[in-house]
Amino acid sequence: MSARRGTLIGIVMLAAWLGGCSIQPWVKPYERERLADEMMKFSRDTLAERHIEHTREVREGARGATGVQGGGCGCN
Amino acid sequence: MAAISTSNRLWSRLAALLGGVLAATGARALDLPKDRGEALVHSYSGGGVTANGPAVLVRKSVSDQVSLVASYYLDSVSNASIDVVTTASPYREQRSEYAVGVDYVYRDSQVSLAASTSREPDYIANRVGIDVIQEVFGGMTSVSLGFTRGADDVGKHNAPEFSETATHWLYRVGLTQILTPRWIASVNGEALADAGYLGSPYRVAQVFGAAVPERMPSTRSGRALNLRVLGDLGSRDSLRAEYRYYWDNWDIKAHTFEIGYRRHVGEDWLGEVGLRYYSQSAALFYSDNAQAETLYVTRNRQLSTFNNAGIGAKLAYTVSKVPGQYDFKINGAYEFVRFKYSDFTDIRTGNLYAYNANLLQLYASVTF
Repeated sequence: MSARRGTLIGIVMLAAWLGGCSIQPWVKPYERERLADEMMKFSRDTLAERHIEHTREVREGARGATGVQGGGCGCN
Repeated sequence: MAAISTSNRLWSRLAALLGGVLAATGARALDLPKDRGEALVHSYSGGGVTANGPAVLVRKSVSDQVSLVASYYLDSVSNASIDVVTTASPYREQRSEYAVGVDYVYRDSQVSLAASTSREPDYIANRVGIDVIQEVFGGMTSVSLGFTRGADDVGKHNAPEFSETATHWLYRVGLTQILTPRWIASVNGEALADAGYLGSPYRVAQVFGAAVPERMPSTRSGRALNLRVLGDLGSRDSLRAEYRYYWDNWDIKAHTFEIGYRRHVGEDWLGEVGLRYYSQSAALFYSDNAQAETLYVTRNRQLSTFNNAGIGAKLAYTVSKVPGQYDFKINGAYEFVRFKYSDFTDIRTGNLYAYNANLLQLYASVTF
């Protein structure tokens, strides 16, 4: 069996598992009240997060995957 | 031929199954971001650098599906960092950043376009980007895809003949999942590619103890993977934990750990405390004092082996609130960070370099 075909079958099985095997959304909309609270937000204040992210980006070698889009600069 | 036909059938079934998953979202629609205003005063001081200034942001919907956002951010920088005081003269300069964006919501999807320009006397950085968010699985799962392209013009003080460019490509993908009525998690990945002039025209490296201009590669390719969980602990408080792994073809590998605790106090206060630890290994061509001539060499401490540890607190006070109409808050945040370098010598003392930094934010936000 080629690697490509094996991958394809794997993806089909995953999709079948996700879509066809009786997995239904288990947290109903009316059960999400707690998640709507302000303390349950990953991201709260755009400018404050941009400032923190900027101070880190110009001092650390790592970047990305934080959900905050920096503007880029030459400051280092 | 038969193999191709089988493959096509498999793809058709796959598409049908994925379509089924996407269709299982019901009639729930994504909310347009709320109208909002933010006004911030920020300050950073540490390692001989101070950077502070104001920033403002306004977001306003123009229909029930479209929201516009614009922001302005100013950094007034006074730089007497160890690099500057040991190789040049302290200086002051300003950086202004203007950003605009538009968000469009249709049923379970949101499309966001953003553009920004950052201007310093010797550096201009422009960015344009697009992000798409799709809610699936009855609103329990959000999938996001995004792309940003950046183009920089690099100059040098008192050297009009110096003109370089750099280009950046950022590709991101994310998944946010409601786990239980109290817990959510997210996974975000980003691939970053840079090409062009990636160094600083002012920075020097050390080779056999002598100062030479740094020599940097003209391409860089990095990857970042971020995992987050956030949970309601049940006493009007929540706990957040994050981990990010970053690696690139300059051989930098970095780990970031973060943990935060939030708590409502009374009706009007929301407090938060957090800890963050970051560590990285050095770039292949980083050297404190190179003992061989190599094609690339730098003494940029951002590319050295170091770690930093931070502790911070944040407090938000609701000044005035009318549910369904508006919510006006004032906020304050402070973070103390200790940077410690493992292979960057303070040439003034001969010891390994370390410093403390303080971040302060005071801001007002109104949602209406």
